[in-house]
Amino acid sequence: MSNEVILEGGQAVSAHHGEVHEHHEHHDTFITKYVFSQDHKMISKQFLITGMFWGIVGGLFSVIFRLQLGYPDTHFPFLETLLGHWAPDGKLNPEFYYALVTMHGTVLVFFVLTAGLSGTFANFLIPLQVGARDMASPFMNMLSYWFFFLASVVMFASLFVQTGPASGGWTTYPPLSALGGASDGSKAGMDLWLIAMALFVVSQLLAGLNYISTVLNMRTKGLSMTKLPLTVWALFFTAVLGVLSFPVLLSGFILLLFDRHMGTSFYLSNITLASGQVLPNEGGSAILYQHLFWFLGHPEVYIILLPAMGMASEILSINSRKPIFGYMAMVGSLFAICILAFLVWAHHMFVTGLNPFLGSFFVLLTLLIAIPSAIKVFNWLTTLWRGNIRFTPAMMFAIGFVSLFISGGLTGIFLGNSALDLHLHDTMFVVAHFHIVMGVASFFGMFAGIYHWYPKMYGRYLNNTLGYIHFWVTMIGAYCIFWPMHYEGLAGMPRRYPDVSNWHSFNMFGGLNEFISAVALVVFSVQLLFIFNFFYSIFKGRKVRTQNPWHATTLEWTTPIRPGHGNWPGEIPEVHRWAYDYSKDGRDFIPQTEPLGDHESGH
Amino acid sequence: MSFLLIATVILVFIVVFQIAKASEYVSVLKGEEKTREQSNRINGFLMISFLVLGLIGVYWCNELFYHKTLLAQTSASKEGENIDLMLKITFAITGVVFLLTQILLFYFAWKYQEKEGRKAEYFPHSNTLEIIWTVVPAVFLLVLVVFGLKFWFHITGPAPKDAIEVEITGKQFNWIYRYPGADGIFGKTYYKNINDEKSNPLGQLWDDPNNQDDIVETSELHIPVGHPVKLIIHSRDVIHDVGLSAFRLKMDAVPGIPTTMWFTPQFTTQQMRERTGDPDYVYEISCDQMCGPGHFGMRGIIVVDTEADYAKWLKSQKSNYATLFPDKQPNAAGADSTKPVAAVVPATAGAKQ
Repeated sequence: MSNEVILEGGQAVSAHHGEVHEHHEHHDTFITKYVFSQDHKMISKQFLITGMFWGIVGGLFSVIFRLQLGYPDTHFPFLETLLGHWAPDGKLNPEFYYALVTMHGTVLVFFVLTAGLSGTFANFLIPLQVGARDMASPFMNMLSYWFFFLASVVMFASLFVQTGPASGGWTTYPPLSALGGASDGSKAGMDLWLIAMALFVVSQLLAGLNYISTVLNMRTKGLSMTKLPLTVWALFFTAVLGVLSFPVLLSGFILLLFDRHMGTSFYLSNITLASGQVLPNEGGSAILYQHLFWFLGHPEVYIILLPAMGMASEILSINSRKPIFGYMAMVGSLFAICILAFLVWAHHMFVTGLNPFLGSFFVLLTLLIAIPSAIKVFNWLTTLWRGNIRFTPAMMFAIGFVSLFISGGLTGIFLGNSALDLHLHDTMFVVAHFHIVMGVASFFGMFAGIYHWYPKMYGRYLNNTLGYIHFWVTMIGAYCIFWPMHYEGLAGMPRRYPDVSNWHSFNMFGGLNEFISAVALVVFSVQLLFIFNFFYSIFKGRKVRTQNPWHATTLEWTTPIRPGHGNWPGEIPEVHRWAYDYSKDGRDFIPQTEPLGDHESGH
Repeated sequence: MSFLLIATVILVFIVVFQIAKASEYVSVLKGEEKTREQSNRINGFLMISFLVLGLIGVYWCNELFYHKTLLAQTSASKEGENIDLMLKITFAITGVVFLLTQILLFYFAWKYQEKEGRKAEYFPHSNTLEIIWTVVPAVFLLVLVVFGLKFWFHITGPAPKDAIEVEITGKQFNWIYRYPGADGIFGKTYYKNINDEKSNPLGQLWDDPNNQDDIVETSELHIPVGHPVKLIIHSRDVIHDVGLSAFRLKMDAVPGIPTTMWFTPQFTTQQMRERTGDPDYVYEISCDQMCGPGHFGMRGIIVVDTEADYAKWLKSQKSNYATLFPDKQPNAAGADSTKPVAAVVPATAGAKQ
């Protein structure tokens, strides 16, 4: 039996590859519908809400350490109440400061901007936009969420161990992360961190293989690859990046576990601990780990960024009422970024003693990424040009995304050039750069996606006014936080310093640090407002009354307002044209399902 | 106090939420079209205001902080001047792109906001435009790569033959410096010999005669001005990084894998005090690679002396061997105060480790 549908009691039920699920009316129990669900839409909401939980946790960590950075001499008694011996007298213990920084990075990079972003939107959009009843393997899809959930539980538990969570930075470079004697965070917390990350990698692989096979095999009739919306292309490339690079990370972690517990010397050599203990390990290379880590670590940046690019492209086009400019160039540049992502990892390692000749190739390849990035930016700008722009909250965030991507991308040209990296490596300049380009920009893509597809997810709208407040405060706040931070970096101020008051070279930014911390607090509060808007609107938001509220061309808007499992109650629609026929031939938009006219040519 | 604060925050939340809720009711009453028109006008205006105020903000931020950055000072090393030049070239190129694209983005957003009667133009692609914005960035990037690599190969290339060699070793959480002494050769070390209690922090092997004149320092790193200095960088435990922001350089210290870095200081510490008008100015070594709870306190001091002061300082130092074994007679290869110091007659490269 092929991809046929069985309708029972108005609910669509899928039957894939000869395997028939006979569902009866009201058969879905609470457990199968909301907990162990195999419906891609429910799984995407699970990813999103778990990601939001982690977003609050990770954001809160940054607020706490920003308090320390902004007011290094002030005591905050409530911190002692909250954190106990980690904040004696209301001042953060340096070890715990590092634990917070580490967990902030880990949580936001992996749990929010990887699982929460591509987990949500790949799950939600791929089947709906390619015209499939569900993922290629709904069961594997469910497993991928539950592995992520397990990873979350282990990571969260690590916050509560006596010696504290991992504290060697989100990159967890050995030997620091390998030796409990070098740092408290490298004791039990580090083992839990590694276990959680291993589970996370499993989750990502299960998810990624599913996304790839769904895009390649389950597109509806007529939907060739070149008719796909850019969201699907971006999510497809994201999945390819993840499937090829996460296993390398896992191998690096396994060697680290061996070094920690089995006496191997993959990363360890010639070490005498501060306690005077001399370790027997000889011949290992600490740099090996960095190669393995950054072979994922750099593609990871694009795993985070590509979905945001895809969604921004889609939303900019819909709300400009214009086709995306240069569709094939957009796909080509995604592909180029995807390939280059694997060839630039050592630009994180210019100052490790890397062979300078080898380094020069990485400079060249790194700066090459600027070309596809420039193509994307100019294509987005041309998409806006002579449009008829509707400022929905989603559109605001998509425009904000482009602005941030430009700002953060340009500072990448500084850091990718090894001569400048000698000066700027591991300074606040780097912190400003990657927060703008990969942190805030990706968040903007994610917010754009949430505002845009929320009506499809819940059949209700988010409150627009709160959306605009959310956008403007976050946009202004993000620039106020990270723009001046570049200047600290240009003064040479190193990152990961909880207190610079003892440094003659870096102690002149006291007022600025206070300002940044205050803005960070405001921006964090506005995110809480968004979270409130999100949950309130699930139950009380304005109801969606039309099938296609944004007048978009893509397939997800041909489903019922609240689609059941299986997405389309009848046949899956057939696709006849690309996803970007806006303002063509005097019509506002032409859905993908409409056959080409007699004298009309495809794009 | 904190109760009041929390109450205020909650109150603000409730007020904002009520306003948002009310505006939603109003929009339902007014009709979707009308509301969209209104919010388009407001947000379009805010977009262009954001651009104008943002650009003023960028200018103002530069006024406030530029003089605090190192760009406002000449690099303390000759090699760093190239890096400053490279920074300026990159600023010029990216600055133009930044202004161009941000202005277009927000201007287009404002200019092409939805208006009654306006029709969007169906403009799906143009090969000419796309070729332009592939080729033009490629040309500018080529310029950046060529300059960048030229400076990179110079700075990371072999140190000049007459460079003074000093060994710097990182440990949690301070730096140890070693000078090769009069023979210009560092004695052999083995990490299993490291013993802080026996004052052998680098694990020097005492049966190697080259160790007998090696000077071990923990307080300050002295180097002469105007003379290339090559640092041989080690770590005793985890990865550290020798960060020399004033000299525009840094290099990791990796346990088991020595790295090197060289530079030519062009101002003494005293000269820097005069140039910056700051009587307390010191060159600092910051650890730039996260190395544990004391990372932010891992501070080293470099004193750049005149050649004469440096020679005098070096002469006044006692080798670690002489301090530890005052009874033993140094053998012929050992320290001989009548010999000129390493700074004046550097040993040939071949004689070194």
